[in-house]
Amino acid sequence: MSVTDLLHAIVDGILTGGVYALMAAGLTLIFGVMDIINIAQGIMVVLGAYLSYALSTHLGIGLLPGLLITVPAMFLLGVAIEFGFMRRLREVDRTGMSILITFAVAILIEGVLSAVFGVDYVQLHASYVDRSVRVLGFYLPYIYLIGFGLAVALLVALYAVLYRTKFGRAIRASLQNRTAADLIGVNVNRTRTISVGIGVAVTAIGGMVFGATSAFNPNSGYDLISRLLAIVILGGLGSIGGAMAAAILMLVINDVVAVWWSPTWAPLVYFAVLVVVLSVRPQGLFGRTAVRAQ
Amino acid sequence: MNIFRRCAVTALAIAMVSLLAACGSSSKGGAGSGSGPITIGASLSLSGDFSADGQAFERGYELWVHDQNAKGGLLGHKIRLEVLSDASSPAQVVSNYERLIGSDHVALVFGPFSTLLTLPSARVAARYGYAFVEGAGGGPAVFGTGLHNVFDVSVPIKDNLVTFAQWVASMPAAQRPKTAAYATTNDPFTQPQIPVAQHILQAAGVKTLSSTVFPSEVTDFTPIASKLASADADIVVLGSVDVPTVSSFVHAFIQQHYNPKIFIATAGPDQGAAFVKAVGAGNENGIFVPNGWYPGFQKADSLQMVKEYIARYGGSASDINADVAEAYSVGQVLAQAVEATHSFDQSKIISYLHSGVTLNSVQGPVKFDALGENTAQKTLTFQWQNGALVQTLPTNTPGSKPPLYPKPNWVG
Repeated sequence: MSVTDLLHAIVDGILTGGVYALMAAGLTLIFGVMDIINIAQGIMVVLGAYLSYALSTHLGIGLLPGLLITVPAMFLLGVAIEFGFMRRLREVDRTGMSILITFAVAILIEGVLSAVFGVDYVQLHASYVDRSVRVLGFYLPYIYLIGFGLAVALLVALYAVLYRTKFGRAIRASLQNRTAADLIGVNVNRTRTISVGIGVAVTAIGGMVFGATSAFNPNSGYDLISRLLAIVILGGLGSIGGAMAAAILMLVINDVVAVWWSPTWAPLVYFAVLVVVLSVRPQGLFGRTAVRAQ
Repeated sequence: MNIFRRCAVTALAIAMVSLLAACGSSSKGGAGSGSGPITIGASLSLSGDFSADGQAFERGYELWVHDQNAKGGLLGHKIRLEVLSDASSPAQVVSNYERLIGSDHVALVFGPFSTLLTLPSARVAARYGYAFVEGAGGGPAVFGTGLHNVFDVSVPIKDNLVTFAQWVASMPAAQRPKTAAYATTNDPFTQPQIPVAQHILQAAGVKTLSSTVFPSEVTDFTPIASKLASADADIVVLGSVDVPTVSSFVHAFIQQHYNPKIFIATAGPDQGAAFVKAVGAGNENGIFVPNGWYPGFQKADSLQMVKEYIARYGGSASDINADVAEAYSVGQVLAQAVEATHSFDQSKIISYLHSGVTLNSVQGPVKFDALGENTAQKTLTFQWQNGALVQTLPTNTPGSKPPLYPKPNWVG
């Protein structure tokens, strides 16, 4: 492997990591606020992709402008899911039961998507999807640059909401201690509902980028969920910045090993790194303890 | 006396229950007696990784059942199709055939989609002595197990790329591509095909620049595609099982400004309009795929099937997935065996299919060797040319059009 190939793999890993961070952000946010492991995150990414697909093919709305519709639509879906399913879970066994509940939600969404769109693979197209810009001898695809830019913007926006607004303080208070938050006047139920709405809404952005970089059908969510879970666990459940760092680390490791050694060994090396990190830092790179300390 | 009476009553009750159970199970699906319907069972991947292929297979089976019933069914019995979904899981496919054969006692079974799922399910069928006619389990792994009951109506896949490789090797030296790059998923359908093609091409002086195997769980193909692009080989041979894999490579190649002179993928481009939608209209132009059938195949029953498919499911001929023809052929071959033996007896059907007889299918002739591979057909190679998948190789075969070489540039 030449140095150029190695650098190319690192650049590819960083850019693709941004796309995965976009897809994982909602998952880690929902866990952070609700202690819920959202197994439906993969299918929600696919749903976001299908919404963009429907808007672009049937109404001629571009992928980026379409986010102005898909993000609020997914927000409402998140609110409905929180109200309809997540809120019903008892506090004591919330995390365990959430896996079953969100799996049911995933199957429900998958069934609806199959009925509406069929199972043939589709992919999102736009003039910039296949274009790239040459920088220092590398072709950098616009769609990955856009994905990375959106991931950074999203990270900054979520950070601003969490740490610079009253609502963000309410979220963090609910996250740290529900009873204490209740006592100081935080409407915990409403805070959680809106947080889940935001978590699902940001998935619309991840879905659009995913749909523009991969062909997908209603079953594509299953391939994603294990990777997304691995990212948020490494990053630290509940940490948006951790998800970004872990996604980039995961994809850089994956791409470098795939090019330098073999794609067959890439997942193994990543998971070996995950095990080592978790044995030293069980809460992940930026786990809940670190987040609360900020 | 009372004890004897009780014992006799109990024994009689057990016997009656057993009889009723036996009647119940045979009436559920077996051939039974009289002219009642028979059930043919199949497990298909209606969800999961192979869902697009599984649903195309279901349409093929349904279409054949409809046509056969219109002709009076099988030996005077109307046919009912029982399809169970295996979610593309090798574990579930085993449970499904256990249920279809062991519990539902279906009269006949059709195979699932893919070599991966055919292998474990053929073993279940063998245990019950059932003939296992299938259309998408052509990997060597299936035929290397010594099973006597498995019959693949399609072309054996290990030689899928031979026609293509021989065409490249036959080019005049000045025109012949000089280098090739190979990448394949670690699937029993794709992996055996690559070394065969690589051997022929290397013998013809086509140098291998890169050869990569990647796991089927890969969701990000960027590094593999980038590596192929940076190798800048004249030929790319991609061992793929589905549309997303090929589509990811196509888009990555476009982004990397890399357009090989020849691009062939083992599966994906055969999925009609779904493939074109994924890669973007125009980008499919010049891509090759080996197969045994395409919608424009000039054979009377194939053309009739295409017509019926469009009438039943809509769309156009180019929308039809080759899986439909593979599934339809399974029904045709099994029906010929049942009619020739005048029975649903599995051992008679198996013996007949092994007898060396040549049967007919929409994909062409079918003749099984001792392993159950179809030896009567040769692989054809198709190429997308101006929005249509056309037969190109072998060049001297009736119906073949001249291949586009070098591949036209991507439209982006």
